[in-house]
Amino acid sequence: MQKIGVFVCWCGSNIAGTVDVAAVVEAVKKIPDVAYAVDYKYMCSEEGQKIIKDAVEEYGLDRIVVCSCSPRMHEATFRKCAESIGINPYMVEIANIREQCSWVLKDVKVATEKAIQLAKAAIAKVRFNNPLHPGQSQVVKRALVIGGGIAGIQTALDIADAGYKVDILEKEPTIGGKMAQIDKTFPTLDCSACILTPKMVDAACHENITIHTYSDLEAVSGYVGNFDVTIRKKARSVKADICSGCGICTEKCPARKTPSEFDEGLRNRGAIYIPFAQAIPKVPVIDREACLKFKTGKCGVCSIVCPNGAIDYTQEDELITEKYGAIVLATGFELIDLENYGNLGYGRSKNVITSMQLERLTNAAGPTEGHLVCPASGKEPKSVVIVSCVGSRDTSGRGKTYCSKVCCMYNAKHAMYIREKYPNVDVTVFYIDVRTPGKGFDEFQRRAVEEYGVHYVRGQVGKIMSDKEGNLTVFASDLNSGRHLMLNPDLVVLACAVKPAKDARKLASMLTASIDTNDFYVEAHPKLRPVESPTAGIFLSGMCQGPKDIPETVSQAGAAAAKVIGLLAKDKLMTNPCTAKCNEQICSGCLTCTNVCPYGAISGVEKEVVTLNGTREKRVVAVVNEALCQGCGACTVACPSASMDLQGFTNKQILAEVDALC
Amino acid sequence: MVINNKERAEMLRQLAGTNVSLCIQCGRCSANCPVAWKMDVLPHRFVYELLNGGNVDVLLEAKSPWKCLSCFSCAERCPKGVSPAAIMEAVRLTHIRAQGNNKLNPADLENYDDKMPQQAIVAAFRKFNK
Ligand SMILES: Cc1cc2nc3c(=O)[nH]c(=O)nc-3n(C[C@H](O)[C@H](O)[C@H](O)COP(=O)(O)OP(=O)(O)OC[C@H]3O[C@@H](n4cnc5c(N)ncnc54)[C@H](O)[C@@H]3O)c2cc1C
Ligand code: SF4
Ligand code: SF4
Ligand code: SF4
Ligand code: SF4
Repeated sequence: MQKIGVFVCWCGSNIAGTVDVAAVVEAVKKIPDVAYAVDYKYMCSEEGQKIIKDAVEEYGLDRIVVCSCSPRMHEATFRKCAESIGINPYMVEIANIREQCSWVLKDVKVATEKAIQLAKAAIAKVRFNNPLHPGQSQVVKRALVIGGGIAGIQTALDIADAGYKVDILEKEPTIGGKMAQIDKTFPTLDCSACILTPKMVDAACHENITIHTYSDLEAVSGYVGNFDVTIRKKARSVKADICSGCGICTEKCPARKTPSEFDEGLRNRGAIYIPFAQAIPKVPVIDREACLKFKTGKCGVCSIVCPNGAIDYTQEDELITEKYGAIVLATGFELIDLENYGNLGYGRSKNVITSMQLERLTNAAGPTEGHLVCPASGKEPKSVVIVSCVGSRDTSGRGKTYCSKVCCMYNAKHAMYIREKYPNVDVTVFYIDVRTPGKGFDEFQRRAVEEYGVHYVRGQVGKIMSDKEGNLTVFASDLNSGRHLMLNPDLVVLACAVKPAKDARKLASMLTASIDTNDFYVEAHPKLRPVESPTAGIFLSGMCQGPKDIPETVSQAGAAAAKVIGLLAKDKLMTNPCTAKCNEQICSGCLTCTNVCPYGAISGVEKEVVTLNGTREKRVVAVVNEALCQGCGACTVACPSASMDLQGFTNKQILAEVDALC
Repeated sequence: MVINNKERAEMLRQLAGTNVSLCIQCGRCSANCPVAWKMDVLPHRFVYELLNGGNVDVLLEAKSPWKCLSCFSCAERCPKGVSPAAIMEAVRLTHIRAQGNNKLNPADLENYDDKMPQQAIVAAFRKFNK
């Protein structure tokens, strides 16, 4: 006979406030095989666990049901508790009477009734539980960081410093990300390149770090501790090992019609180019779409001028395969396209620019060597309007629903840059709210007003019109005075919304990492596991998880590194024994399951099986690779002959639960 | 019957049928309105008074609804999908209804021109037949 113990938790008043716990205990005591039932204020506490242990000894329990919070919270606690007194941890079931009952119901009678039902279902299930034993898998002591912005660089440095090998995979020709484009950084206004480039150099020189730039993630398979990754190293058309980075080729290249990505289109670059002076690696790439040699077969100037013979027009993409124990996503962000905001004149007037373009215009290494000029006229502006929240906080479908978080601060920064260098230029910031929480942040924004005389107007810009000469007319509202305004600034700066990198969704599906409706990667728990993806072995760092500034990005990067180090420090990982298992006797070998498995864990294998009537025959049956199976259960519902079963969630267990409810 | 401001605000909200609680008071509607420069009370204020202020008098006394072109620029550019234009219309309707017993009598329909568009007749019922 089975001996089931039922432990009903009050969770303080979280459960007991709505569920009559004593009534639940009384009700379950009547169920056959329930040898013991009790309620207690906090089952998860030391004292609560002692009650469970004592009851096991006293009543000889062999199965345990805990009616408490979600299994996501304390299933592990109670499993460990069971294990400590010699019960297989998989003989424990949790009835979630908090999230699925007391928190969502108000009426005590109804809630108590539901709690009893949930307890009954868990008891019905636990009768069919079998002891399960986790397997073990090796951990490859190497990490992959996808994205080489400040987030990726910092994560890689921290992992490398702990003594593990790390590879950085960056799609652009250089690492550095957006921070390399920024002029100065809030809240201290120190030069962005001055604080970023030493880190880039550290990463490049670190014996444990390998950097793959101009590369894409080609394929991923495997699981936590054992990822198999293929990286496509795109052809640079330059032999990196012999190029000295002199840059002569980039100067002499005659194909100069491509807008520079790094300078946000404010100047053109050659077809062969190095994005910026401190690029790492300092090896150019040929943009084959722009290169005359590739388009027409004529030219070849770069190969003529190169003193080292480094140009190689025949270079091909290279595929690198490597094994990793952990993968960190650090793919950062982009600015939204402004096509839905035609009324603001971006694209129609050169004097309407984005905030990132302003960073390039004020940057001493930028296209104007730091002279702030209106792009249309090349003259210094007399007045500048900054528009906040362009495409942010917009639920109309045109923009992004969230607050981009960094723009309020960089708007103040931009206003101060301008007023500092050009005290005669009038700067007006239109805002809906000024959101500047953070250490020293509000003080920073106030300095813009108090010390630099920046005008902050509560209101928004409606239309921006431009005449043939590029003169702008801006219509706006000033809500505090209730006035409609018409201004004629020389330059308008749009603080447009940020969005995740273009390929974020594609990467998420390759890595089975979760993503939200805005394509930001989702964390395993918004409060308690902020740098882990719900998929084991995948970690998150920087803007790719949500809008954040550099200080926050760097903290998160360090946190992600700590988690990776924690994983790589393990020699072996326990695998989840709740995997699918095929009953080879009845498997017909149709292999429907192989098509639905999202992890590619099932394959058809020809082998000798014992059939139902006892004979032996050789045929194809489905075989599950336990290391790959994540226990999603897709195969069990797809299997037409019901031969696939998920251990820990067998058809028998689930049906028993359903029967107990109906 | 004395109708207080709260009830009148609710009536206007219902007439307008736009969800004012979505408004973040950014002022983009007022900034985009082509006749805002002629208005005594700007479009965002019409949303604000129905959301928080409750000063319906200021809306009913405003000249703005009669300057409004019903161009819907405000609604089109609103980041939150609110329609200040609908509130302008609600205020105009309120005035028209308050004109008293000028109801459209269905029996009079016979006297109207056959060619009168159905839509106009329906609109007339809506406006004059409280
Ligand atoms: C105009 C502006 C001004 C700012 N000013 C400041 C400031 O003054 N102070 C401050 O604290 N913050 C500022 N910020 C915010 C700051 O830029 C970000 O916090 C920071 O850059 C985030 O770093 P990241 O590494 O997460 O992302 P990124 O800098 O975007 O780096 C991501 C990297 O991943 C790469 N990548 C993307 N997709 C892939 C892929 N599929 N495969 C491989 N690689 C990929 C990208 O090429 C890039 O190199 C500003 C932002 C803007 C827009
Ligand atoms: S000229 Fe040759 S050595 Fe110099 S940067 Fe170009 S490819 Fe490299
Ligand atoms: S940070 Fe400021 S400007 Fe940016 S979206 Fe949020 S409120 Fe708007
Ligand atoms: S544009 Fe929309 S959100 Fe902004 S003030 Fe007008 S109604 Fe409110
Ligand atoms: S509908 Fe009326 S209030 Fe709205 S923008 Fe047009 S004129 Fe202005």
